[in-house]
Amino acid sequence: MRFERREEVSVAALVIAPLLAVVAALMLCAGLIALAGVSPWVAYGEMLRGAFGSRLAVTETFTRASPLILTGLAAAVAFRARLWNIGGEGQFYMGALAAAALGHSALVGWPVPLAWAALAAAGMAAGAMLLLVPAVLRLRFGVDEVVTTLLLNFIVLLFVGLMVEGVLKDPMAFGWPQSVPVAAGLRLPDLVPRSRLHVGIVLAVVVVLVVWLVQARTVFGAETRAAGLNPAAAAFAGVPITATLVKVALLSGGLAGLAGAIEVLGPVGYVTTTMSPGFGYAGIVVAMLAALHPVGVVAASVFVATVFVGADAMSRATGVPSFIADVIMSVALLAMLVALLFTTYRVRR
Amino acid sequence: MTVGDVLELDGITKRFGALVANDDVTLSLKKGEVLALLGENGAGKTTLMNILFGHYAADAGEVRVLGKPLPSAKPRAAIAAGVGMVHQHFTLAGNLTVLENIVIGSESLWKVGMDREGAERKIRALSAQFGLPVDPAARIGDLSVGERQRVEILKALYREARILILDEPTAVLARPEAEQLFTILRGMAKGGLSIIFISHKLHEVMGASDRVVVLRAGKVVAERVTAETTAAELAELMVGRAVARPKRAAHEAGAPVVVAEGLSVTKGGGMALDRVRFEVRAGEILGIVGVSGNGQAMLGRALSGLARPDAGTITFDGRDISRITPRQAVKLGIGRVPEDRQAQGVVGDLAVWENAVLERLRDFSRFGFVRRRAAEAHAAGLIGRFDIRGAAPATRTRLLSGGNMQKLILGRNLAAGPRFLLANQPTRGLDEGAIAGVHAELLMARAEGAAILLISEDLDEAVGLSDRLQAISKGRLSEPILAEDVDARRLGLMMAGVWETRDAV
Repeated sequence: MRFERREEVSVAALVIAPLLAVVAALMLCAGLIALAGVSPWVAYGEMLRGAFGSRLAVTETFTRASPLILTGLAAAVAFRARLWNIGGEGQFYMGALAAAALGHSALVGWPVPLAWAALAAAGMAAGAMLLLVPAVLRLRFGVDEVVTTLLLNFIVLLFVGLMVEGVLKDPMAFGWPQSVPVAAGLRLPDLVPRSRLHVGIVLAVVVVLVVWLVQARTVFGAETRAAGLNPAAAAFAGVPITATLVKVALLSGGLAGLAGAIEVLGPVGYVTTTMSPGFGYAGIVVAMLAALHPVGVVAASVFVATVFVGADAMSRATGVPSFIADVIMSVALLAMLVALLFTTYRVRR
Repeated sequence: MTVGDVLELDGITKRFGALVANDDVTLSLKKGEVLALLGENGAGKTTLMNILFGHYAADAGEVRVLGKPLPSAKPRAAIAAGVGMVHQHFTLAGNLTVLENIVIGSESLWKVGMDREGAERKIRALSAQFGLPVDPAARIGDLSVGERQRVEILKALYREARILILDEPTAVLARPEAEQLFTILRGMAKGGLSIIFISHKLHEVMGASDRVVVLRAGKVVAERVTAETTAAELAELMVGRAVARPKRAAHEAGAPVVVAEGLSVTKGGGMALDRVRFEVRAGEILGIVGVSGNGQAMLGRALSGLARPDAGTITFDGRDISRITPRQAVKLGIGRVPEDRQAQGVVGDLAVWENAVLERLRDFSRFGFVRRRAAEAHAAGLIGRFDIRGAAPATRTRLLSGGNMQKLILGRNLAAGPRFLLANQPTRGLDEGAIAGVHAELLMARAEGAAILLISEDLDEAVGLSDRLQAISKGRLSEPILAEDVDARRLGLMMAGVWETRDAV
């Protein structure tokens, strides 16, 4: 048996591959659920009901999806240029810290839209700076960015701990390790009344469309694609590889930072060391399930959010541990990698 | 089976999707014979040999060794039957020794340790018997390409191969090495082995084979006894029509366009280019000949804006260009054809139109947005003007054949009417028809007044196209000689680094 490269990767295959990967993941995990003594049909039913069964459930699912859209996009943008940014989690926290630090009092009194723009920019800058370090290390000295971005996540988390116990500690929080809150007037408005769903998701979708346009239509997008697919040929043709990758790093880190800023300005209001249930890491799964396509990122984010929100409800109703959500994610990622292989290769005897 | 046939291929057919790579191919090999399998790229030569060796399963047909059918798609069965294959791209482990590479795979997986002395004795015996000098203790990584090929051959012989298949054995060799190889093959045939070598080079087929089988579009179109045919006839059979490489017309060269003085580039502590001096005039082709690995790659990089010289200058119309970027080079009107079209010339996964404008994306954009329609129209223009077959602007570039890919790269450079063109190995790996096309384009650009620097390892090409020639050896350039003054002996000496300076032009 051998693999032969397909001449043309069809669009249909790229749409079907993630669907098959998800189905495969759910089928494999059905076995695990059965092992836990529950009918998979019942469990998945509860999961769906938990994610979409009520107004609250739906808003929670989309609330969960909106940071994932941005962290997923951050990963997708970087991976397209073969910049392996595994540091979305750290960049998310840096963006969150920046938004809380400036949104607490520094920008109070500014016109609100201007303050929002400034806070978003600050969040993006914070995330971008964090990715700039590994990107420059890689371009200058060939240091593997997988390692540096991953390890920076842990450093950032300790830094967040230091901040919320130190200079940014909220004196009104009864000693809880959380940062000062964002001024009430600067919080993003709700999209649906009496829910946590806020305009952040609209913003995220707009950002997706902008990134899509940039990738598909601009010189920067074309150069990024060339640099990602064949750096030697791109460099020969005059694409400035280093500058292009630095721009990609700034964009990717900025998007993850923006996710953190919006999360603070929207549903959470302050920073804690547990505010992200792994948005940065789940963003990697989202990006892969989306086959690195910006529009796919939206769909993949909703799927991942469904699994996580639904798994909690399922766990309460059936007693299957909610860790199953992580297992489904991981299996879906592996299945997607296999599916991607089959979109570009066919098996021959 | 006629008497003396050691190998027969009977009605072999192999399809890849819609493509018929081999169409009812029948041929036989006699004991002690050197058979050349001649055909253009894509004629199905390599596919056929891969079926014979068991890498592919044929859709129809049978392979027989000494009259006994070989089971299909079982390389081990082929080895056991005495078939050995030397691939175009070697399959050696660079960090192991010659001995280890030869023995690997022929030892049982379960055996602990190996009989080094026995193996070494056997290798030395084979090496002496067939004139394949090689040190069993040398590390593969330290060997030259020619030596590695000898190891590949020894590996086949070590496994008692009686039939040896060599896929494009001279693709990676300089001419002296190639001639040495064919002497060795002759000796092996005399010693009772039977040999098939695959080639698209007419002179080596004429020089080294007893019999020629010509493949075209997957079919056997002719079989000739080498002594009873001519290179011209074979060329016509191979291509399907009469082809001749275009001839250089006499023509007065203009003023120097590109001048290099004392150009030195170090690489990994050594000198990749050592005080190189040359000038290329308008309307002239300057050929740089030499054995692979003597600094050609670095010369190409320095002129493409990819390497920074440590000393010396390169001027273009009097302006120093030794420190420019590729983008500046394109802006100045310097055309560059890279050494390796797949790795450096095109981004295979992008569309033809994207590769067509990749060097000048900014000329095809407005406010940072790519003007796709204009770019596609430009690509369509190149496809028409340079006869790029099998391509539409939206075609994925990797689907083009090597020759058409090269036409795209040439076209993208020539469309802008460059004053200087660097053509680095422009026809490497192309078939005869495509070579003629590339040569015609280069000569046309010369006629239009471009200064062209041609770096080539193909002597026929370099001598045929160039007005003047310089040899490169260990990073040093000889003084130029006129193409009219070239004789084989002098050129050979120059390529070996032996040159006199007195009769410089």
